Amino acid sequence: MSASLSNQQQQNDGPIAVPPSSKDIFLDRTFRTFTTCFAWLTLLLIGYIVWEIGGTALPAIKEMGVGFLTGTTWDPNKGEFGILPQIWGTFYSSLLTLLLGGSFGIAIAVFLTQDFLPNKIQIVLKSTIELLAAIPSVVYGLWGIFVLIPLIRPVANWLHATLGWIPFFSTSLSGPGMFPAALVLSIMILPTVAAISQDALSAIPDKIKEAAYGMGTTRWEAILKVLLPTASRGIFGGLVLGFGRALGETMALAMLVGNSNQLSLSLFSPADTLAALLALNFPEASDYETQILMYAAVVLLFITLAVNIIGELIISYSERSGGKK
Amino acid sequence: MTSAQTATLTDDVVIDCKVDKIFYGNFLAVRDSDVPIYKNKITGFIGPSGCGKSTVLKSINRMNDLVRIFRFEGRIHFEGQDLYGTNVDPVSVRRHIGMVFQQPNPFSMSIYENVAFGLRLNRYKGDYDARVEEALRGAALWKEVKDKLQNNGMSLSGGQQQRLCIARAIATKPTVILMDEPCSALDPIATRQVEELMIGLKSEYTVVIVTHNMQQAQRVADKTAFFSVDISQGGRTGYLVEMNDTGKLFENPREQLTKEYLSGEFS
Ligand SMILES: Nc1ncnc2c1ncn2[C@@H]1O[C@H](COP(=O)(O)OP(=O)(O)OP(=O)(O)O)[C@@H](O)[C@H]1O
Ligand SMILES: [Mg+2]
Repeated sequence: MSASLSNQQQQNDGPIAVPPSSKDIFLDRTFRTFTTCFAWLTLLLIGYIVWEIGGTALPAIKEMGVGFLTGTTWDPNKGEFGILPQIWGTFYSSLLTLLLGGSFGIAIAVFLTQDFLPNKIQIVLKSTIELLAAIPSVVYGLWGIFVLIPLIRPVANWLHATLGWIPFFSTSLSGPGMFPAALVLSIMILPTVAAISQDALSAIPDKIKEAAYGMGTTRWEAILKVLLPTASRGIFGGLVLGFGRALGETMALAMLVGNSNQLSLSLFSPADTLAALLALNFPEASDYETQILMYAAVVLLFITLAVNIIGELIISYSERSGGKK
Repeated sequence: MTSAQTATLTDDVVIDCKVDKIFYGNFLAVRDSDVPIYKNKITGFIGPSGCGKSTVLKSINRMNDLVRIFRFEGRIHFEGQDLYGTNVDPVSVRRHIGMVFQQPNPFSMSIYENVAFGLRLNRYKGDYDARVEEALRGAALWKEVKDKLQNNGMSLSGGQQQRLCIARAIATKPTVILMDEPCSALDPIATRQVEELMIGLKSEYTVVIVTHNMQQAQRVADKTAFFSVDISQGGRTGYLVEMNDTGKLFENPREQLTKEYLSGEFS
């Protein structure tokens, strides 16, 4: 190393640049090693969890095979176990949630980013919605039982009475059920979807907005035809996260979904989900049942991982092709 | 009035723009500027930064309505109507008077959809492929993109993007096209292409262009309007100093201020 580049006492005048000291270099290296370790540790942790749960579930998987996934009864006394209603309930509640919470979350994001409101109100509303994420799910569950269900029951029962021939309204709402559960879940995923969609919408450069208005779009046309498509990748990411949250949510669902082994299209009938099944059955499970519940846990884990991975793939695919149609 | 002026006044005026005052909040940005825009001509706006060229330009297609504190006093006659009349919808004004911006701003969709955007917006019923091709040819971009119409508009180079924006603007055949420094983000070659393109557009369209480049104004503009800033009354209010045929304005300006600006003595 030449003299001028080495770490020497510098003169008062002249350039004051010095190479990083050995301490800087040491800190830099340590920091880098540290972060790399943690990154790998998360991967390891996921691998370990899958391994451990899979290991416990293995005897049950071997014994019951695919029949467990297609069976519709859950009766520990008779030793009959099937989780099709729970798989169905998990997807049904999550899709409903995605539909309700997703569209509502996107609508809120549009409303809060497109100058519909004065700036100050916008900020207040934004933080209020973010606060929704801070409410514990057991509180959501209680609110659902004591406030929401009594509130929607008359409407639900009216719908059943008048439009009962539509499969979605084929039962009346007697208490907990699919719809109240999905409604509460929608509120729970709202902050995620809304916040991520807001970020995606406000990241659109002003010049794109100008271009849209310059072409003579109305505000709605600008939003629907230009801004939402431009932000679609980010919004989709928010939806995937929200869907993942809905698939795995346990407490509020265990309280609201009704925990009944039913395979029904009806929005008002009680149902069950994998997460709720696990939460309610573990405390009193025998060793044998634990293995079976672990099998169900593997199924849930597989579903959530698959949804997230597929979401990531879609996002990165659309990134690579640069929005090619 | 000189004979030259009488001659110009007999030309077709498509947009008769008479600005009394333009405010942003309490700030008087532009005052007393009568800028007639002639049919099938290129009108250039020149002047120092901050003198209100963009403000006047964006008032013509009511883009400024997007600025909440903007206020316009005066009138702009277009096709027998005052664009600032009470029952005029700014959205439909913008559909008749297209705009190309300083920064290329294609939408994040395919090249084809970028050009077809205005057609879909106006619920055009005819042959989209033909219209898209015509617009891309008009914007001197067809040869470069005809094999990749489904690629994203953002994947083009800056100069190509700007020409795509011009294609998008002319696809609906607006009567007038406003361009706010359309070449400032482009290299000299792309600039020349866009300039040639503008001259080609003249036969069908009326073009108004804001530019900081005196050579560009001389190369493309038939008429040139010179704006300046009046700092005498404490504020910084822009106004039209003079407007004339480009050749006359550059060779023989009537006003001392114009002379100084053109010779670079402007402070
Ligand atoms: N949205 C706005 N809000 C408030 N003031 C504005 C706004 N847009 C422009 N102005 C002010 O109006 C005056 C004229 O601005 P304008 O952009 O029209 O100038 P310009 O001639 O286009 O300048 P340049 O050559 O730098 O583009 C400036 O003093 C500017 O600060
Ligand atoms: Mg400007």
